[in-house]
Amino acid sequence: MQNQTEYIVEVSDLKKTYEKVEAVKGVSFNVSKGELFGLIGPDGAGKTSIFRILTTLMFPSSGDVKLLNYDVVSEYKNIRTNIGYMPQRFSLYQDLSVEENLAFFARIFGTTIEENYDLIKDIYIQIEPFKDRLAGKLSGGMKQKLALCCALIHSPDVLVLDEPTTGVDAVSRKEFWEMLIRLKQKGITILVSTPYMDEANMCDRVALIQNGEIMSIDKPEAVIANFGRKLWAVKSNNIYQLIQDLRSIDFIDTVFPFGEYLHVTAKDLDLDLKDLKLRLKEKNHSEIEILEIEANIEDCFMELMTK
Amino acid sequence: MRKIKFILQKEFIQIFRNKTMLPMIFGIPIIQLVILVHAATLEMKSIDMYVVDKDLSSLSHKLVSKFEGSPFYNISGSSFSIDEANEAIEKNQADFILHIPQGFERDLMRENSSKVQLLIDGINGTAASLVNAYSSSVIADFNRNIIVDLTQRPQIVDSNPISVETSYWYNPELNYKIYMLPGILVILVTIISMFLAAMNIVREKEIGTIEQLNVTPIKKFEFIVGKLVPFLIIALFELAFGLAIGKFFFHVPMVGSLGLLFGFAVVYLLVVLGIGLFISTISSTQQQVMFIAFFFMLVFILMSGIFTPTESMPMWAQKVNIINPFYYFMRVIRMILLKGSGFWDISREFFSLVIYAVIMLSLSVWRYRKVS
Repeated sequence: MQNQTEYIVEVSDLKKTYEKVEAVKGVSFNVSKGELFGLIGPDGAGKTSIFRILTTLMFPSSGDVKLLNYDVVSEYKNIRTNIGYMPQRFSLYQDLSVEENLAFFARIFGTTIEENYDLIKDIYIQIEPFKDRLAGKLSGGMKQKLALCCALIHSPDVLVLDEPTTGVDAVSRKEFWEMLIRLKQKGITILVSTPYMDEANMCDRVALIQNGEIMSIDKPEAVIANFGRKLWAVKSNNIYQLIQDLRSIDFIDTVFPFGEYLHVTAKDLDLDLKDLKLRLKEKNHSEIEILEIEANIEDCFMELMTK
Repeated sequence: MRKIKFILQKEFIQIFRNKTMLPMIFGIPIIQLVILVHAATLEMKSIDMYVVDKDLSSLSHKLVSKFEGSPFYNISGSSFSIDEANEAIEKNQADFILHIPQGFERDLMRENSSKVQLLIDGINGTAASLVNAYSSSVIADFNRNIIVDLTQRPQIVDSNPISVETSYWYNPELNYKIYMLPGILVILVTIISMFLAAMNIVREKEIGTIEQLNVTPIKKFEFIVGKLVPFLIIALFELAFGLAIGKFFFHVPMVGSLGLLFGFAVVYLLVVLGIGLFISTISSTQQQVMFIAFFFMLVFILMSGIFTPTESMPMWAQKVNIINPFYYFMRVIRMILLKGSGFWDISREFFSLVIYAVIMLSLSVWRYRKVS
C-alpha cells in the first residue's frame, strides 16, 4: 500500500463492452509519475476506449481504474481538473481564433494564458504569429500544436493524448515527440497512444495492445530484447512470389513484409543461409539478398500477435 | 458563475461570426411577417363567378349587376349553357356558378317567388362555405329590395322583424392581419429559438468539441445556462423586432402591457429551449434534430389555433394541446395585445407554462450526460 501513491495511473482488470462487442478484455497496467507511457497497437485495438475511460468520458464495464488516486467512476470530478486530454480528432472551435480557443479553455479551468504561459511557451511561440487566425484555417501540424496548448493550459498533472500523430507529416511528428519529451522533463506524466511502431522507442514504457488485450508491457529495449530469436531480412527480384515460397519451406517459421524486405524467422535457432539461398534459386529467384538484422518493435508486435 | 460568463462570451462570438446568423435574425422576421401576414388571410376577395343567365330579363340583369357591383366578385365568364359553366369550374376559371333559370322574372311577378341556383367549387371547404355565405347575403339583400320595388310601397312587415346589429370587439373591422401577425410572430420566435439551441449543441457533438468540454470541470447547469441564455436573448430581441414591424407596418394595436408580454415570453421560451435542448440530447447529428424538431413543429403549429379556434377541435385534440407550447403563447399574445388582458386573465396559461418549463429543463438536464 505504501507505494500506491507513486502510481499516477492504476488500471486493473479493466473491461469495456459495447452491446455485443468486447472492446477491452481485462487490461491492467500502472503508470508512474513523470513517465511517458505509450499504448501501441493497430486501429480497433481498444486504445481509444481505454483513454476515454481514463479521461472519465466513459464508464468502464468492470474493473478498477484510478487516476491520481481518484476513482474514475465515483470521483471523476476531481480527475477532470487535473488532466489534459487531446482526442484523436481535432476538436477545438474551428470558428474561434487560436487565441480565443486558448483563452476559453484557460478560463473554464479558472486560469489565464499568462499564468501558465511558461508551460506552453515552447509550443505556443510557433503558432503565435497566427494567433488571430481561425482554428479551422490552420494546417494539420499547427492544429495539433494548438490542441496540445489547449490541453496544457491549465497545467495538468497528467496528459492523455489519443493518437496525436495520426495524419501528421513526418517532420511534424518528430517535432511533436520532441515537445512531449520536453514536457516530460517538466514532470508531467504523459499517456500517448499510436499505431506507429517506430514511435514506441520514444516512450519510457510501452504496452503492446491487440484486440482489447495487452500482449506485453515493458521498456521498448526490453520488449525488443525479449524477442529472443534471430531475424533475417530477405529480398529477391520477385517479392510477392518470395513470400509464398518462403512460407512453403519447412524450416521457416514466420514471414512478414517490411518495406522492400521480408522479415523471416526460423523454427530452429539458426538458419542455414546457403541452403536457403539454394532453395530459392531452385524456385527461379534471382538477386537474392539475405541479411541478419536486429528486431524492432514491429517485429516483436508481429511475433506476439501470432502467438 | 464566472464560467457561465465565459461560455456566454464564447457563444456570442460564435453566433455573430456565423455569416448566416445575422441575415437570419433580421431577414427572416421581415420576410415572414410581411409575406405571410398578407398571404395567410381568410378573407375572400375577387371570387370568380360564372353567370348562366337563361332568363335575360331586366330583373336577372339587376341581380347580376348586384354581384358585379360588389368588390368581392368578378365575372370570369358567362354563357347560356350549364355545361360550359361546369367546364369553367373544372378548369379552375370560376369559383362558382350563378344559374338563373328561364322564367325567373315571370315566376317572381306571378307567384311572388322564384329560384336561382349556386354551384360552388367545394375543393376548399372553407372557401366554399365563405362563397356560399357571401353570395347568399348578396341574394338576400337583393330579395329585400325586390319586395320594395314590386309592391311599390315601403316595407312595413319585414321578413326579418328582429334586426341584428353585430359589433366585433377587440377587432372591430375584423382585420385579419391584426389577428394573424401575433400568431405568425409566435411561430417565428419559436422556430428561431428551438432550432438554434438544438442545432448548436448537436453541432458541438458533431465537431467533437463537446468531448473537450466534457473533460473540463464545467458543471452541467453552467453548460446548459451558457447554451440557453444566448438564444433566449436572441428570441426576445426577435419578438421585439417583430412587434415593431407589426406596430409600424400593420398598425397592430397593443392594448395590454408589453412588460407582461415579455415576461410571459421568457417563460414560454424556457419551455421551447428546454424542448430544443432535449431534442439535442437524444440526437447525434444535425439532420436528426431537423427531422425531430420539424415533426413536432408541424403538429404543434397546426394544432395551436393559429387559423382555427382550438375550442372547435375534438376533445382529444384539446387534450393534446395541453403539451403544445404554441397553444399557450398563441392565446396569450393575442389576449394581451388585442384585448389588453392582465396577469390574472392569463395566470392559468402562465402557471401551466412555468410547470412545463420546469419539467422540460429538468428532463434535458437529466438526459444531458457528460459521461457515456
